[in-house]
Amino acid sequence: MEIIKTAVAGTLESSDCMVTIEPAQKGLELDLESAVIRQYGKRIMEVALETLDRLDVQNARVSIVDKGALDCTIKARVECAAMRAAEHEGRISWGGVIR
Amino acid sequence: MNNPNKYRLRRTMMFLNCQKPGLIKDPYIYKPDSIMLDLEDAVAEREKDAARFSLYHALQEIDYRGVERVVRINGLDTDLWREDVRCAVAGGCDSIRIPKTETADDVRTVEYAIAEAEREFRRPVGSVLIMAALESARGVINAMSICDSSERLFGIALSGGDYSRDLQISISGTGVEFMGARQHMIIAARAAKIQCFDTVWTNLDDMEGFRREVETIHSMGFDGKSIINPRQIPVVHDIYTPKEKDIIFAEKVIKEIDEKKARGIGVFTVDGKMIDIAFYDGAKRTIALAKASGVYEGDL
Repeated sequence: MEIIKTAVAGTLESSDCMVTIEPAQKGLELDLESAVIRQYGKRIMEVALETLDRLDVQNARVSIVDKGALDCTIKARVECAAMRAAEHEGRISWGGVIR
Repeated sequence: MNNPNKYRLRRTMMFLNCQKPGLIKDPYIYKPDSIMLDLEDAVAEREKDAARFSLYHALQEIDYRGVERVVRINGLDTDLWREDVRCAVAGGCDSIRIPKTETADDVRTVEYAIAEAEREFRRPVGSVLIMAALESARGVINAMSICDSSERLFGIALSGGDYSRDLQISISGTGVEFMGARQHMIIAARAAKIQCFDTVWTNLDDMEGFRREVETIHSMGFDGKSIINPRQIPVVHDIYTPKEKDIIFAEKVIKEIDEKKARGIGVFTVDGKMIDIAFYDGAKRTIALAKASGVYEGDL
C-alpha cells in the first residue's frame, strides 16, 4: 500500500490513540508517545508494525499518541489512517489484510 | 432457519457509539442484555470508516461475556450500509438493526446482503438475526408486513426521535404522542410472534419519569427498551423481573391446569381467581422470564 498523503485517525480521548501517517522515501519510521510507554511501549510498537506489515505499508512516517488504547483500537486506528493516507476506496478486505 | 437466539431475553439494549473506543471496550460490566453498536446517527459523517475498523476489531477481540452484539447499520438511503453489513458479519455480530425501516422489502434487501456476507465470510447462512427500527409514520403503518417479512427478524423497535419529527410533534415526556404507534407495533409484533422494543428515554435527570415510562411499556407487553446510559439498566431489569407473588401464582396455575386437564376439568379457581387454559401460556412466560432473570430455581 502506497502512502500518498498525510492522514490522521483517532482522538486523544481516554482509551483511544491518535495515529498520523505521512509519506516517506525509505522504510518505516515509528514514533510513540504514551503515559504507559515503559509498561506497554514495546507491545504498542509491535501491534502497529504488524498492522503496517499486513497492509504492506513499506515507506511511511508513523506517529502514535497513545491514551491507553487496547490492541484492537491500535490496529483499528493504524488501519484507518493508512487507508485514508493511501486514498483507498471501495470494499475492505475484512478477515484478509484487516484482521 | 431455526436460530436459538431469536427469542432470547432482551430487556435492555444499550446504544454505544462505535467511534468511541472507551465506550465499546467493556460495556458488559453493566450487564445489559444486548448492546447496540452504532454505525449510524452517533457516528460523525467523516468518521464512518474509522467506526467500522473499531467495530470489526472489537467484535473480533473483545469478549462481551454473553451480551448480545447488535450492530446498527446506516440507512438504506446511503451508500454506506452494504459495507456496514460486510464489516458486521465478518466481525461476528449476532444481529443487525436496520434503521428507518419503512417496508417489508427494506428488510428483505438487507437480508439478502447479510446472506451474501455470511457466505463470503464463511458463517452459517441464517446465523445473523435482524431487527427493524420503525422511525416514520409509514414504517409504523406497515408494521404488520414488516414483522412478517423475514424468518431472521426477531423484533421491531420504535425510534421516537425520528418518528416524532415525521409526525411533526415534540416529545412531551408523558408518552401520549407515542400511544398509537406503541399499541399498533406491539399488536403487529405479537401477531407475527416476534419481539417489540420501545424507544430511548433521553432525559437522564428525570429517572422517575423514566421508571414510569418503563412501567407503562412493560404493562403494554413490550419485551424491552433501548437505553443510552448504564444507570437505566437496573430500573428496567427490576421492572421486568417477575415478583415472587407472580412466580408463585404462575407455578400454581401451571400445575393446576396440568392436573385438571388430565381429569377433564376446564375451569377452576386458584387463590380465588377463575382460571382456564387461556392463562397457561402467560404463566409459562412468567416462569421463563423468571428463569432468564435468574430468580427461579423451581422445578418447572
